[in-house]
Amino acid sequence: MTRVLIVGNGPSAHRLAETLTTRGFAGSVTILGEEPRGAYDRVALTSYLTEDRDLAYPEIPGVAVLVDTRVVSIEPAAKTVNGTIPYDVLVLATGSAPFVPPVPGRELDGCHVYRTIDDLDAIRASAKTATAGVVVGGGLLGLEAADALRGLGLKTHIVEMSPWLMPRQVDEGGGAVLKKHVESLGLTVHTSSGVTRIEGDDRVTGLLTPDRGVIDAQIVVFSAGIRPRDELARGAGLQVGERGGIVVDDGMRTSDPSIFAIGECALHDGQIYGLVAPCMTMAEVAADRIMGGAAAFTGADLSTKLKLLGVEVAQFGAMAGALDVTYLDPVAGVYKKLFVSDDASTLLGGICVGDAAPYATLRSFVGSELPAAPSDLLFSPTAVELPGDAPVCSCNNVTKNDVTAAIKEHDLTDVAGVKACTRAGTTCGSCLPLLKKILTESGVDTGSGLCEHFAHSRAELFTIVQVRGITTFTQLIDEHGTGRGCDICKPVVASILASLHNGHVLEGEQAALQDTNDHFLANLQKNGTYSIVPRIPGGEITPEKLIVIGEVARDFGLYTKITGGQRIDLFGARVEELPRIWRRLVDAGFESGHAYGKALRTVKSCVGSTWCRYGVQDSVTLAIDLELRYRGLRSPHKLKSGVSGCARECAEARSKDFGVIATEKGWNLYVGGNGGFTPRHADLLVQDVDTATLIRTIDRFLMFYIRTADRLQRTAAWLENLEGGLDRLREIVMDDALGICADLDAQMAAHIATYADEWRATLDDPVKLRRFVSFVNAPGTPDPSITFTTERDQIKPEILQVTSR
Amino acid sequence: MNWIPVCPLPDLLPERGACALIGDEQVAVFRAHDGSLYAIGNQDPFSGAYILSRGIVGTRNGEPTVASPMHKQVFSLTSGVCLDEPGTVIPTFPIRVTMGMVEVSVK
Ligand code: SRM
Ligand SMILES: Cc1cc2nc3c(=O)[nH]c(=O)nc-3n(C[C@H](O)[C@H](O)[C@H](O)COP(=O)(O)OP(=O)(O)OC[C@H]3O[C@@H](n4cnc5c(N)ncnc54)[C@H](O)[C@@H]3O)c2cc1C
Ligand code: SF4
Ligand code: FES
Repeated sequence: MTRVLIVGNGPSAHRLAETLTTRGFAGSVTILGEEPRGAYDRVALTSYLTEDRDLAYPEIPGVAVLVDTRVVSIEPAAKTVNGTIPYDVLVLATGSAPFVPPVPGRELDGCHVYRTIDDLDAIRASAKTATAGVVVGGGLLGLEAADALRGLGLKTHIVEMSPWLMPRQVDEGGGAVLKKHVESLGLTVHTSSGVTRIEGDDRVTGLLTPDRGVIDAQIVVFSAGIRPRDELARGAGLQVGERGGIVVDDGMRTSDPSIFAIGECALHDGQIYGLVAPCMTMAEVAADRIMGGAAAFTGADLSTKLKLLGVEVAQFGAMAGALDVTYLDPVAGVYKKLFVSDDASTLLGGICVGDAAPYATLRSFVGSELPAAPSDLLFSPTAVELPGDAPVCSCNNVTKNDVTAAIKEHDLTDVAGVKACTRAGTTCGSCLPLLKKILTESGVDTGSGLCEHFAHSRAELFTIVQVRGITTFTQLIDEHGTGRGCDICKPVVASILASLHNGHVLEGEQAALQDTNDHFLANLQKNGTYSIVPRIPGGEITPEKLIVIGEVARDFGLYTKITGGQRIDLFGARVEELPRIWRRLVDAGFESGHAYGKALRTVKSCVGSTWCRYGVQDSVTLAIDLELRYRGLRSPHKLKSGVSGCARECAEARSKDFGVIATEKGWNLYVGGNGGFTPRHADLLVQDVDTATLIRTIDRFLMFYIRTADRLQRTAAWLENLEGGLDRLREIVMDDALGICADLDAQMAAHIATYADEWRATLDDPVKLRRFVSFVNAPGTPDPSITFTTERDQIKPEILQVTSR
Repeated sequence: MNWIPVCPLPDLLPERGACALIGDEQVAVFRAHDGSLYAIGNQDPFSGAYILSRGIVGTRNGEPTVASPMHKQVFSLTSGVCLDEPGTVIPTFPIRVTMGMVEVSVK
């Protein structure tokens, strides 16, 4: 019987023992670990401190584990350890130890490392009598340690030798963005800074830097890199690397054929792996070899994606290249960079900070030809089709082909099924968006049904509601659907009911159908407050009204910004403030701007012929007329418009759902334009028409769109999918090819006749107003979780702590 | 168990949540279409914002749910499990009606 002895009881040792057992290994497996407890999930270490999580791995039946047992020697000739314990196969899984730079004072009370549960217990104990802490090292683990100190209520500093944080994962630009994030959480970052000495007699009192004086602190945590624990191997005469690490071959065997090494202590092909995924692969390879197999470890992808201190950071492939494409949004704190070969054809790698959306897709393309222009890839990576052999889940080695095969074979219909069948997505989770995309690509969920509750498309439901005269969601779902609806079908039905009946969106049962923003007739912001956008038709506003907006913003302390839609947005209002704010605005003659609704937003205008020396028509008057005509019109998606006074097009009308450009003879009408995710210039529908014809055509165009479009389909996508395209549309709305124009005209006339300002109606209705509170049992109390800081003399939401996940 | 009154039952509109502040705890309370009541934590674990009471109430495979208004993850009202990411669970609380008053119990 083969006796396998494993030294060290970390994640690698655990995976090895588990693999041997599940594969039916016939010999005995014994683990010797120096820690006072069994193996646990080191990757999740910080949650032991912040959430008191139990990290212990499950016990493996049949495996003998000795805790508190340190191995001090190996006798390869006798095949024993510690002089007495025999083995046939020895596996070193001793991991690594934190590197503590040799600075004076490093042995003082209050100095710590961050590697084991014992370390964390010690830090917690020290923190009881401390107010400030310093982490030496601003890498991945250093930032985690800093977050933990912050969680213990300490004022926290990070000292990093390099000019920026996380130098192994991000470059200088990414580091700068990361630093801003970290600082916004209240941590102090000292980059390009070393440590001269730890101050204190018995207990730490501070840390002296070469050029920034003393940082007061009672705790110092060293996180300045790791060193493989190869001391046993050295003592036994095994081959080790120049800078440490136990040398192994592709089968994880050391220079002694009876001794293997796996995990963070192993040096494979000149490389130490400090991430858990490759350690797991090594453990599996070693298990296979011990059982007589021929599995090989051939290196591993060091791509990482993590969320640290609430910031997404990802890095894949190379960190340099002949050419690079960078996107930087310093305000939002987003930095994305792709490295490509000098002919711009091959993707070499990339870095993301603040938004790691491109990571999942692009990681699969490293080393292959770019599937689209680099700038497109940075913004809409999910639009790209993956090749079949692309690795989708690198944690579990699953390719796109594996996923598609599993979907077919097991008739999978959701991500949960894919996870269960392929193991993809079960480790770090960064490939989950890709799994979703492959499901859709595989034709899952192709029915035109809206969701599990309705087998009909939006257009079909529209017809059902119209023809049957249905006025409530309950009637519709009872007679034509199943269950009680969801966040997909309820807003769709709410929109259809509003388009057809134009009642108040918060009336009766309809109130429970409304999407997030319609719920409180305002736009939800990231911290649970709301923004307010009064309608400013055509962008024209009197000084008096401007002053009212200014006064309201000042009195309620709201952040104020001019929008891209020629109006003014006031941010940061609490739910219970909304009615009081709108009372003031309505009294001054303002109306809801429907910035929250799938409805008409703005009709932008240029100054036009009234003032402009080039203008040929009065674009402002037309824009105001159009905005007032279509205000409050609920639609499948939002509607935007613009009117320009001449072909110079200062109102950008051709990027709108319907845009009008003045000509010498009248107006040109363009439809199906879009900014946003997929920009599209609008197409010319009619030319040189007079104002009456123009308006009649827009009426019909809008009503036809509302009747036939899919859920959340802008006019641009709708027009592209319309059978017969622009010509057919022209036949329908100009020549009445379907015989529905009278109907469309009547519907629009009904909308205009029944329009009423939603906010005024809400203020007049005490029942609706009662819902505008943060707490039912304490209506006057503001939500205590909402807090602000200031930036450029205005408020700014404080970042919310995301809870345990 | 310590029951705290929250609001009269008629103030709780079917399928439209409300939030109660009980000590430091924000509790989102819901009344389903069939009249059953549910109480869960108001904090959205994904965004950190206290807003779940403002989500759309519905069902998934018959199970009563609420969708976070921030980024639309769906939570079971009975177990607090996030049905889109089952690893994430939010707290649930006992809820009942006594003499027309909705009451919840937090510990
Ligand atoms: C405030 C504003 C930005 C600004 O500070 O200027 C803005 C802010 C938002 N935009 Fe926008 N957009 C604003 C002008 C635009 C423009 C420019 C324009 O209208 O001329 C565009 C491109 C034009 C277009 O729509 O085709 C634009 C394209 C989008 C899109 C992408 C739409 C698309 O078809 O791809 C979204 C996402 C969506 O609607 O699904 C969006 C969504 C949003 C949302 C509603 C996101 C959300 O759900 O929270 C933001 C809400 C702001 C708030 O809480 O008040 N916003 N957004 C602008 C408000 C204009 C207004 O007065 O109403
Ligand atoms: C705070 C923290 C966060 C991390 N986060 C991530 C992350 O997000 N993603 C990621 O991929 N990786 C992460 N890692 C790294 C990951 O934990 C390691 O890659 C993994 O633990 C390596 O496993 P291992 O079993 O090889 O070594 P270790 O986990 O170090 O285990 C080795 C064990 O052997 C014991 N031992 C050593 N010598 C002896 C001896 N002579 N006798 C007896 N026992 C001995 C040690 O005490 C230890 O228990 C993180 C690490 C830390 C500390
Ligand atoms: S679009 Fe023409 S009329 Fe309007 S401002 Fe520009 S140049 Fe003047
Ligand atoms: S890539 Fe980590 S779970 Fe798939």
